Amino acid sequence: MAKRGTGTLTNLDFEEPIAEIESKIGELRELSRRDGIDTTKEIRQLHKKVNKLRRETFSKLTPWQRARLARHPLRPYTLDYVCYMTEDFIEQHGDRCFADGVSIVGGFCRLDGRTVMLIGQQKGRTTKEKIERNFGMTHPEGYRKALRLMKLAEKFGRPVITMMDTPGAYPGVGAEERGQSEAIARNLMEMSRLEVPVISVVIGEGGSGGALALGVGNRVMMMENAIYSVISPEGCAAILWKSVDKIEEAAEALRLTAKDLLTLGVIDEIVKEPTGGAHKNPKIAASILRRVLRRNLDELCKLKPDELVAQRRAKFRSIGEFFGY
Amino acid sequence: MSWFTKVKKPLAAISLRKKRIPEGVWVKCDGCKEIIYTPELERNFRVCLKCGFHHRLPARGRVALLTDSGTFEERDRHLHPGDPLRFKDSKRYRDRIADAQKKTGNEDAIVAGTALLDGRPVEVAALDFDYMGGSMGSVVGEKITRAADRARLSRRPLIVASCSGGARMQEGILSLMQMAKTSAALGELAEARVPYISVLADPTSGGVTASFAMLGDVIMAEPDALICFAGPRVIEQTIGEKLPAGFQRSEFLLKHGFVDMVVPRLEMKKTISKLLGHLCGAQACAQPENDAPAHRA
Repeated sequence: MAKRGTGTLTNLDFEEPIAEIESKIGELRELSRRDGIDTTKEIRQLHKKVNKLRRETFSKLTPWQRARLARHPLRPYTLDYVCYMTEDFIEQHGDRCFADGVSIVGGFCRLDGRTVMLIGQQKGRTTKEKIERNFGMTHPEGYRKALRLMKLAEKFGRPVITMMDTPGAYPGVGAEERGQSEAIARNLMEMSRLEVPVISVVIGEGGSGGALALGVGNRVMMMENAIYSVISPEGCAAILWKSVDKIEEAAEALRLTAKDLLTLGVIDEIVKEPTGGAHKNPKIAASILRRVLRRNLDELCKLKPDELVAQRRAKFRSIGEFFGY
Repeated sequence: MSWFTKVKKPLAAISLRKKRIPEGVWVKCDGCKEIIYTPELERNFRVCLKCGFHHRLPARGRVALLTDSGTFEERDRHLHPGDPLRFKDSKRYRDRIADAQKKTGNEDAIVAGTALLDGRPVEVAALDFDYMGGSMGSVVGEKITRAADRARLSRRPLIVASCSGGARMQEGILSLMQMAKTSAALGELAEARVPYISVLADPTSGGVTASFAMLGDVIMAEPDALICFAGPRVIEQTIGEKLPAGFQRSEFLLKHGFVDMVVPRLEMKKTISKLLGHLCGAQACAQPENDAPAHRA
């Protein structure tokens, strides 16, 4: 089971002032413990200050800041959510064709007593793990494994929950040779007609087709600080602005935050995160997500197989903006 | 002094005479670099008469290539894009649309409709690379989906010719979702057991390859077409080395098992016609009813 790394605790630039006050609070606590000086008043004041600052900072994050939160090195990954909100997870491996595709993990588990198939993209925490998981960039075998597990869930009438968190499908020689585009296309088609409930959640980075290949759900939702986009802000800046310095403009223009996607009618729901982001308190983040998933599963499990397929098809059928006849 | 004026005169005369020749009558072949007479190239569906190089064919040319002359009835012709994100980079998306419409005479990067192919009714759609790189936004997604729906309801085979750089960035996440939308529609078409032929031309990449282009019952590619998910430049940047010649070309995909056949442009119609003969002919054996729940195409 994934353990959260304790090694290098990194702060993003806009998290820095908050972290500074927090460390001051720590110092004061230490002082009162060691020397018996009463610092309760100071600590209370600093707490007030830090809460205010945190609220202010996080109520007006720019899209680019959100993108960086979505990629925060301490952000909970699929296996962290598995850890915090499910029981009896049994991981299954392999696409039965070529390889395991380890940037995706999946298996049956129990969520509030109900067996579900949970499949998600997994980034690594440590350097070694990151390389093993290919930085969450999925190869065709990962998508094929995911599809195999979805069909398995369908066979036994279990709902499917997918978690998306990837910079994108891996752009490499082997991936192309083994049909990256075919793997993604097949998933899109097959997912659209699964006869069990499917809920898809963008937990971090929703990187284009690489994420969408797990994203054809009856309900599609995003964590508050997740992003979901047709191309990364970096890629977009490089192609359309011809300059990597324009990342912030690109992030703005792409409308990739959860709020944007809700407005555009692409997602159904935003899952709240604790103030400061899911990484500040993964346990709470997971318990909020668990409640949301449970409510949606309760609703979807009432539908018949053909109703589920029809609902999912109609949902994606209606996305897009055009005029005329 | 008088020498110079004498020299200038004939020069001016030559340049004047040059201007009288309409532009673009002669083009250089991208394959053999020979000079070709443009009307001749157009008549040959932009295949070089000397070396057989396949130049890019605009959407209407593709429709003309694949259908019986005079039988094409265009559908959804007036579907045009909005600007859902109010997108602006170095140029406004609105202006890019206006330019592309002027350049191609089409509302968006696709032409779709009903036609006959060797007398057989088919639904056909073709992407237009000249329109913002044949990119897929909401209109392309919608027109492919509608073509698939028409094919399913009328039981006419569907032919989609792809030629595209992928999803259209300027429509952001809505473009991405067209991949799911078109694939879902093709899933329904497959369940109805109506044939879908996917034709891939140079280039087919990104979100188009990773959705409807790779879902054909039969996938045929033109010779030497670039067909990929990630473009060669992106891969070279990622792995930091040069890619071998022929990588991600039609013949490479054939070798790796991702297209059924590589077919020269001028044999495309004939090949599709033969295939449809196999797929649409009278049933050779008992086939379950379309609404039978157990079997799925």
